[in-house]
Amino acid sequence: MENILLFFFEKKDAIFIIVLSIFLGFEVIGNVPSILHTPLMSGANAISGISIIGGIILVGHADISTINLKLILGIVAVMFGAINVFGGFVVTDRMLEMFKKKKKR
Amino acid sequence: MVTLSVNLPGVTTGEIILTFSYLLSAILFVIGLKLMSHPETARRGNLGAGAGMLLVMVTTLLLHRDENGHNIKTGNIIIILVSIVIAGIWASIVARRIKMTAMPQFVSFFNATGGGASALVALIEYSNPANQSTLVTLLGVAVGSLTFSGSMIAYGKLEEKIGNIFSRFMTYFNIGMLLVLSAGILFVLFGNAPFETNKIIVYILCILSFIYGITFVMPIGGADMPVVISLLNSFSGIAAAMAGFIYHNQAMILGGILVGSAGMILTILMCRAMNRSLLNVLVGSFGGGGKAIDKEKGIIREISVSDASVLLNYSKRVVIVPGYGMAIAQAQHVCSELARLLENNGVDVKFAIHPVAGRMPGHMNVLLAEAKVPYDKLVEMDVINPLLPDTDVALVIGANDVVNPAALNDPSSPIYGMPIIRTHEAKNVIVMKRGMGKGYAAIENFLFFADNTRMLFGNAKDSLQKLINEIKKL
Repeated sequence: MENILLFFFEKKDAIFIIVLSIFLGFEVIGNVPSILHTPLMSGANAISGISIIGGIILVGHADISTINLKLILGIVAVMFGAINVFGGFVVTDRMLEMFKKKKKR
Repeated sequence: MVTLSVNLPGVTTGEIILTFSYLLSAILFVIGLKLMSHPETARRGNLGAGAGMLLVMVTTLLLHRDENGHNIKTGNIIIILVSIVIAGIWASIVARRIKMTAMPQFVSFFNATGGGASALVALIEYSNPANQSTLVTLLGVAVGSLTFSGSMIAYGKLEEKIGNIFSRFMTYFNIGMLLVLSAGILFVLFGNAPFETNKIIVYILCILSFIYGITFVMPIGGADMPVVISLLNSFSGIAAAMAGFIYHNQAMILGGILVGSAGMILTILMCRAMNRSLLNVLVGSFGGGGKAIDKEKGIIREISVSDASVLLNYSKRVVIVPGYGMAIAQAQHVCSELARLLENNGVDVKFAIHPVAGRMPGHMNVLLAEAKVPYDKLVEMDVINPLLPDTDVALVIGANDVVNPAALNDPSSPIYGMPIIRTHEAKNVIVMKRGMGKGYAAIENFLFFADNTRMLFGNAKDSLQKLINEIKKL
């Protein structure tokens, strides 16, 4: 129990951000019309590639004089993140490009 | 800026800029997602969120410092840039080239890589002595890893490379896996085992979560895919947030949690559209098996192409209800052509979209948008249902369970209570179907036997083309 309380106090900033972001997420996304469900999901999906930042930090401070596990896994993480980010945003853009209102004659 | 660094000992200008860039990107993510809730502004929203992402990537690369205050060295920057460029260009080309019908599997594939990245980051950070957030790290490893393998299996299923394996055994196996994973996490947290032992356990946890991702998605069938894809999308966000927690990186936490909530909302919407609980979908008690009730069926009546074309052409209002069958037959373009032809002949044509039609949330909308159907023609279920009694023809293309009246009037049916598009209330119903096979839920559809229903058997694309040719002759 003490551990949990200690954890809460040490991480209170991050915990606040998490809790408030959950509410923010539900508010911002709550009333999306169903025609946009796929692009929303795919755009949100691209944002989850934000873990590429973790990969950049890891590889950025890794020892590159030898080939080590940390470096290799870090590079894989960066590449995975980049696939998620670039693939996600491009595919979403392509979808949204197609959504057009009827032209008035 | 320089004076700032003097006033704040231990804080450099770079760190201030980095922090501000995280704040800015967090704002861009929120505004981007907000703009994505309207078709007019959605594209800008996506670009905005993309810009936020690019911004944090660049500033982190240039300005991040480790605990000892060292910047990222040039050699490391080159390695990172090369990795990003190779992966980014490859992914962009793939994203540009794939067919719209293949969209669900690629959304799933990109989702897998995001989960994989989070899992790897958390896995490596476990060994970092400066990392104090063991619980969060372990959750990041587990959730990221199962998102990776689960999304890959979803990808394989949507590509139709992997079939469904379902048995009661899988359910028990999955429950067992969950217990083992939880026990493993608790042991690392509270077991007081030496670091080296814990490290091995964490690697094992990563592998077990990977296996769990496979066995968790494996038994879930095709029509439940919208729920699974949304859920995995949510998981990838949660994994990213966990990774952000490790670094106390607010942009990562906020971005990840936003994705987590977005995925959760969609998951709930999808479950509601099927009138099932999430647990029910995950345990996979659907498909086959259900207590088939054999009432008096009635007679199936067919309609010829020429009769159907006359009926459609001289209607006031036609409502088209597309389903996964339209996607398989790649019939969205001919379908759009038929709609335009009828409109030019003075018919009011609308498309009725059920929330879970297809294999991912909003699947039908994307396909029809690709075929240049204006989005104001795509009508949601709740809006179209009151109009159906005034509709002359409801044209059902490759949809089945979402128009099954058993959901309304047969309490013994497995889909009872699921909201449906009430095509049976239309004056006439034409159902285009390959054969008399049953839908995903493997239950009889009494719509097909109704007095106002006529069946048009055959491949949807061919039948639609024939209809177009006939109508042009009229």
